[in-house]
Amino acid sequence: MSISTKINIAGVEFKNPVMEASGTFGSGMEYAEFVDLNKLGAVVTKGVANVPWPGNPTPRIAEVYGGMLNAIGLQNPGIDTFATRDIPFLKRYDTKIVVNVCGKTTEDYIEVVKRLANEPVDMLEINISCPNVKEGGIAFGQDPKAVEAITREIKKYAKQPVIMKLSPNVTDIVVMAKAAEAGGADGLSLINTLTGMKIDVERQRFALANKTGGLSGPAVHPVAVRMVYQVANAVNLPIIGMGGIMNAEDALEFILAGATAVAVGTGNFVNPTLTLDVVKGIEDYMIRHGVNDINDLIGIVK
Amino acid sequence: MKFKENSKIVKADKLAEGVYSIWFETENIAKESKAGQFISVYCNEGSRILPRPISICEVEGNKLRIVYRVVGKGTEEFSRMNEGESLDIMGPLGNGYTLKDNKALLIAGGIGIPPMVQCAKELKNMGVSDITIVAGYRNNDIFLKEELEKYGKLYIATEDGSVGTKGNVMNAIKENGITADVIYTCGPTPMLKAIKEWALAEGIEAQLSLEEKMACGIGACLACVCQSKEIDHHSQVHNKRICKDGPVFLAQEVEL
Repeated sequence: MSISTKINIAGVEFKNPVMEASGTFGSGMEYAEFVDLNKLGAVVTKGVANVPWPGNPTPRIAEVYGGMLNAIGLQNPGIDTFATRDIPFLKRYDTKIVVNVCGKTTEDYIEVVKRLANEPVDMLEINISCPNVKEGGIAFGQDPKAVEAITREIKKYAKQPVIMKLSPNVTDIVVMAKAAEAGGADGLSLINTLTGMKIDVERQRFALANKTGGLSGPAVHPVAVRMVYQVANAVNLPIIGMGGIMNAEDALEFILAGATAVAVGTGNFVNPTLTLDVVKGIEDYMIRHGVNDINDLIGIVK
Repeated sequence: MKFKENSKIVKADKLAEGVYSIWFETENIAKESKAGQFISVYCNEGSRILPRPISICEVEGNKLRIVYRVVGKGTEEFSRMNEGESLDIMGPLGNGYTLKDNKALLIAGGIGIPPMVQCAKELKNMGVSDITIVAGYRNNDIFLKEELEKYGKLYIATEDGSVGTKGNVMNAIKENGITADVIYTCGPTPMLKAIKEWALAEGIEAQLSLEEKMACGIGACLACVCQSKEIDHHSQVHNKRICKDGPVFLAQEVEL
């Protein structure tokens, strides 16, 4: 039986729907020792800003039951280093390049988007949902007017399709998704991490230097599936679903709920080859269920 | 080259209160490992998703030994493991010590002591004749003494004075008038700070092994950074990745 796992988001064709989630995989250099990047639908880079960011003090992570908290604070080397080092590295592989963009102000985002206009990258993912930086990030992601406005501004300058990455730390994620759609987004990524906190009881202090951090891992998976389902049934945009994928079944839940693609995040830390296991598992599932085209699975659970 | 393997435990025992030893039989990891590197040890209990970074105590052929302290639920799970059971491990990770062919001083405190066994063993194997080891413990519940004595002259410091010098490793160094050309060290941050200060004042090269909470263990997630003196080439900021650029750094490279 021949199967097709090809999917299309905003005119960009991906060989399969499996990517990894921004921030868990760098630009793929370190994981390339374990994962043949040619086999991934895309590599989604760690967030890159207009200038280098030092990130937060340590400890930056803490394990919690079925998940982890992180407050890395978007440490990144800045667009200059990224463009001369990371993009040429990724161009050596037959995979799509999705660059995650972060900023503190609208101008910061636009500076990066403009710099990327003439670079050989396939898609932009705009991080308006990082809970771990005081300015920018989440400040844009929790107000629908701000979401619409920044989406519209970025679309003016972007030469690649624009995916807006949404925060789950809102009363109604559908409102944010509609705002991004109104601003002209080409697609949506959801979810970013859920804001959490852990206290070290013996030492009577916060586990993270930042006090709060973003919860990820299997603990958030049902929340993410629910949000993908809600958004898929409310807007007319392709969705990249993510949150706690630990195996192909978890990934398929997102697709059946309405996601066109999926991203493996924290699961990479548990199993460095998880992305490849998910690709294989989805293929096995299609054969087992007699599905020729993965697109026939998207959003069929209503 | 790094490997992830499901490795069989060939020996598991308790060395001191809260301190345990596991010998793994590995396919590739032991053969590729060197002094100062570490492995990621994964829990079998699925609710604990992150691997625990644990230094390599010694390697022998295809066997690899870790000696660790129980500090939480993950290490407690490891301490209940028996011979014949297995754990997922990944490694070897990190850079390890850069061994030099001159008078060596190995200084370690508490659960920083285990990597000194492999360090001393490799130094002896490469023909370094003058190897001094200073190990600091809390009390007379000491561990790895026989292993360390095989490869060098061992001095012990205990906080309660029950064995060796009363006090810390620096007290033992001063008391015995110990000197060296190169220092290899691992232990708690206050100890590393004191050694860094002494080494810089005396003009002795000091290689410090650092630790931090880690997630990926291979340099991708940026959880385990330390502050670097100069702007780091990879990060473009004053941060180095302990898991990838370290865990061993020269004293003058990092801010503690």
